[in-house]
Amino acid sequence: MMEQLNEFVHMGGYASYVWSAFGLSVVILMAGFYLPMQKEKSILQKIRKNLERMERSK
Amino acid sequence: MFGPLDKYAAPERFYLLCKSMGPWLSAISLLLFLVGLYGGLVYAPSDYQQGDSFRIIYVHVPSAWMSMFVYVVMAVSGAMGLIWKVKISDAIARSCAPLGAAFTFLALATGSIWGKPMWGTWWVWDARLTSELILLFLYFGYMALQAAIEDRRMAARAGAILALAGLINIPIIHYSVEWWSTLHQGPTVSKMDAPSIHTSMLIPLLIMFLAFKLYFFAVLCMRARCEIIEQEKNSRWVKQLARGGVDS
Amino acid sequence: MNPRRRKILFSVIFIVAGVGVATALVLKAFQENLLYFYSPSQIASGEAPDSRLFRVGGMVVDDSVVRDPNSLKVSFDLTDTAHTVTVQYNGILPDLFREGQGIVANGQLQDGGVFVAKEVLAKHDENYMPPEVAEALENAGAEVQYGDYKTGK
Repeated sequence: MMEQLNEFVHMGGYASYVWSAFGLSVVILMAGFYLPMQKEKSILQKIRKNLERMERSK
Repeated sequence: MFGPLDKYAAPERFYLLCKSMGPWLSAISLLLFLVGLYGGLVYAPSDYQQGDSFRIIYVHVPSAWMSMFVYVVMAVSGAMGLIWKVKISDAIARSCAPLGAAFTFLALATGSIWGKPMWGTWWVWDARLTSELILLFLYFGYMALQAAIEDRRMAARAGAILALAGLINIPIIHYSVEWWSTLHQGPTVSKMDAPSIHTSMLIPLLIMFLAFKLYFFAVLCMRARCEIIEQEKNSRWVKQLARGGVDS
Repeated sequence: MNPRRRKILFSVIFIVAGVGVATALVLKAFQENLLYFYSPSQIASGEAPDSRLFRVGGMVVDDSVVRDPNSLKVSFDLTDTAHTVTVQYNGILPDLFREGQGIVANGQLQDGGVFVAKEVLAKHDENYMPPEVAEALENAGAEVQYGDYKTGK
């Protein structure tokens, strides 16, 4: 079991290349997913603050 | 002009469509990613020539395919915005650019990581790599235009023209390995005859490709929502949405 | 379609077609520079430059690899099946280097027709299969090529 896992991590001697390529892909794809989620929240918040300010100044 | 699809061309409808589709697309995409990663890293045997380093194909090739696909979506919806002034097509085109740039960057970076052990170099200026790099700059150019031009309609128009002019780069990227002698290999999957990749290696690749594609549509939905509410921020429904009365 | 839209549609088609034609002409003019490497046949016919660095691509001929036991010096023949050129190199070879492999070497042609390489890169082909399948193919008498030595027209 341990041996198999070791072999898997070792990737036939190409561990650093394979894992860095997959790791980079995962990081970029996750960031691409997370950022627009935050962006929508902040846009709506900005619009709400604008509306509140306008109502107060009325 | 889109027949039954016409009602979705209205920004509010499209926003709601994106909102309901997004989670489904994300969930299926995540599932496919997990299956594809297992397939690529564990199930697929190592290659007779390249050993385990060939597994980079499972992130490199889908990224590269998507980098071109997203560009075509961006240029076509940009053109629709130019000609028919469909409001949502500008939002779609703008949403495509950062995503396409991310896929292009991934294709270049993972290709470089693959090239070092196999070719013996991180980078060469052959026709395939150079044309893919130009694609990255086209995306950057589009994004810079959007950031530089204040008026959204003007920015969308300028961006669409740039995207259309750069469309020629897509067939160049695809055929570069056939037209010129390159260090990059020729096509494996999209050959006229059967793909020259063993089935046990091909299946995870196709799963990863589907995962990337659904991921693109999921994130496109999320980005298009941002673009639409920004574009329609003075309309009643967006104000209502901002106040928290989503369904009122 | 109203006339204004038709005008924009034609402009769009004009942009795409215009840029396409212009690019095709430019690429045609620079065809030579876009070739990443020359083939041994092109060297034999004198198409390759003789006074500056250029790249040659081909397959490593079986049993042609001679390694110096005391250094990294190596010499091998490259072929595109029609012609052959001898390459001398002093340095580390990529993992994929072997007999039958497609190779691209960057260097200069010497007077004796020997190509002295400064850099040797491996060009793998588009075939992917498990080792067992490759072995079975080989046993069945099918020729397994390790490299792709196809060059541009």
